[in-house]
Amino acid sequence: MRYWRAAEPKRSYDVVVVGGGGHGLATAYYLARNHHVTDVCVVEKGWLGGGNTARNTTIIRSNYLWDESAAIYEHSLKLWETLEDDLGFDLSFSQRGVLNLAHDLQDVRASRRRVNANALNGVDAEWLTPAEVARFCPIVNVSPAVRYPVLGATLQRRGGIARHDRVAWGFATAADRLGVDIVEHAEVTGFARAPGGRVTGVHTTRGTIAAGGVALVAAGHTSVLAAMVGLRLPLQSHPLQALVSVLLEPVLGCVVMSNAVHVYVSQADKGELVMGAGIDAHNSYTQRGSFHVIEQQMAAALELFPVFAHAKLLRTWGGIVDVCPDASPIIGPTPIEGLYLNCGWGTGGFKATPGSGWVLAETIAKGAPSALAAPFALERFTSGALIDEHGAAAVAH
Amino acid sequence: MLLLPCPWCGPRDEVEFAYGGQAGIAYPADPDALDDAAWGEYLFMRDNPKGRFAERWYHVHGCRRWFDVERDTASNDLLGA
Repeated sequence: MRYWRAAEPKRSYDVVVVGGGGHGLATAYYLARNHHVTDVCVVEKGWLGGGNTARNTTIIRSNYLWDESAAIYEHSLKLWETLEDDLGFDLSFSQRGVLNLAHDLQDVRASRRRVNANALNGVDAEWLTPAEVARFCPIVNVSPAVRYPVLGATLQRRGGIARHDRVAWGFATAADRLGVDIVEHAEVTGFARAPGGRVTGVHTTRGTIAAGGVALVAAGHTSVLAAMVGLRLPLQSHPLQALVSVLLEPVLGCVVMSNAVHVYVSQADKGELVMGAGIDAHNSYTQRGSFHVIEQQMAAALELFPVFAHAKLLRTWGGIVDVCPDASPIIGPTPIEGLYLNCGWGTGGFKATPGSGWVLAETIAKGAPSALAAPFALERFTSGALIDEHGAAAVAH
Repeated sequence: MLLLPCPWCGPRDEVEFAYGGQAGIAYPADPDALDDAAWGEYLFMRDNPKGRFAERWYHVHGCRRWFDVERDTASNDLLGA
């Protein structure tokens, strides 16, 4: 059975969304659901959900430090909590709790500060002592004798994971039901412009499609698209790697993240351990990273979880993430009329999928930035009002 | 894993190097003359091409010197130092 129609692109739409990953599909869905803008097309150069939506480690949380981030990520988490009912689609959403470990005094101070900041913003957060960490997640090595001992952790109980593919399929199915056209294997090769510069459509490998508004939601390739209209963005595209083990019996019941030693891990329902690493330092579009990054990540994982020494690696892969200087996204209008951006989610966009789509849809439908999106405008790189989440919010996702 | 052509040490493994991003970004000659947009451009905007990219590398665990490399970001092929 097909979940959504394989639409033939019409000649014209009110809105064209470039990028058929979770964020693009969510944007189309909320345009239709919240704003009755149903004359919408999502164009995807490959297959639906085959980019970073398929490649991330599916961690969902909202325990960010700064008010602006807490607001948008918490909005997203609240959407996750009712999303399966809303979409009528099983997403295997599981609020199993997210631990962020602290390994030195500075980590402890920053983590406790973040717990307090979260509390002020209505985001659930707790501080756990090492003994409490061991009770919550018995396989974490809390011995003081290791190179980076666990001195405590923050816990967001409402955090968790979801099944990434089904998130894309769920949004696609629900958007399709509301009349959105989803066109796969249509790569954008250029933009149609009016004499004043306004973007009036996209040229694709499946023909030209006119549009009242065009939203670029293309993650690592957003710079490439923006360059076609001469728009420079503060983005750098890096490989980000992840890996899974062979299927194991249930051994890890929560998500564990460690910023300092740079590994994050959960166990999928099927049984594989899902682990992520940091980005490769260099720019690349190759969807593959360097081996030494994986090696470092494994060393950290084995020190934290000695039991993982028995696990066999099944496969590794990479995705291309678009990283902003302040590790926060860019959402909203651009200096080019008719062109909107939703990019720069870097290493942590999956958790924001519904919230990101929600605020971009509102921004496009109302022609003005939604309140939650306004702080994330491109303009902040001129005004200097950055939302610096590098490290501040355990930004290793 | 990249094999980087250090002009002084020869081809060496990527783990010996630190990355410096886009090459050829000079500190503004007269910073006070820049408006906010120009200063933001200098601080935050960098090319991000899918293709030829001139970039800086620092041989931190070797000769500790900086050098420029041209690399194809779509293939990781090194095009010359």
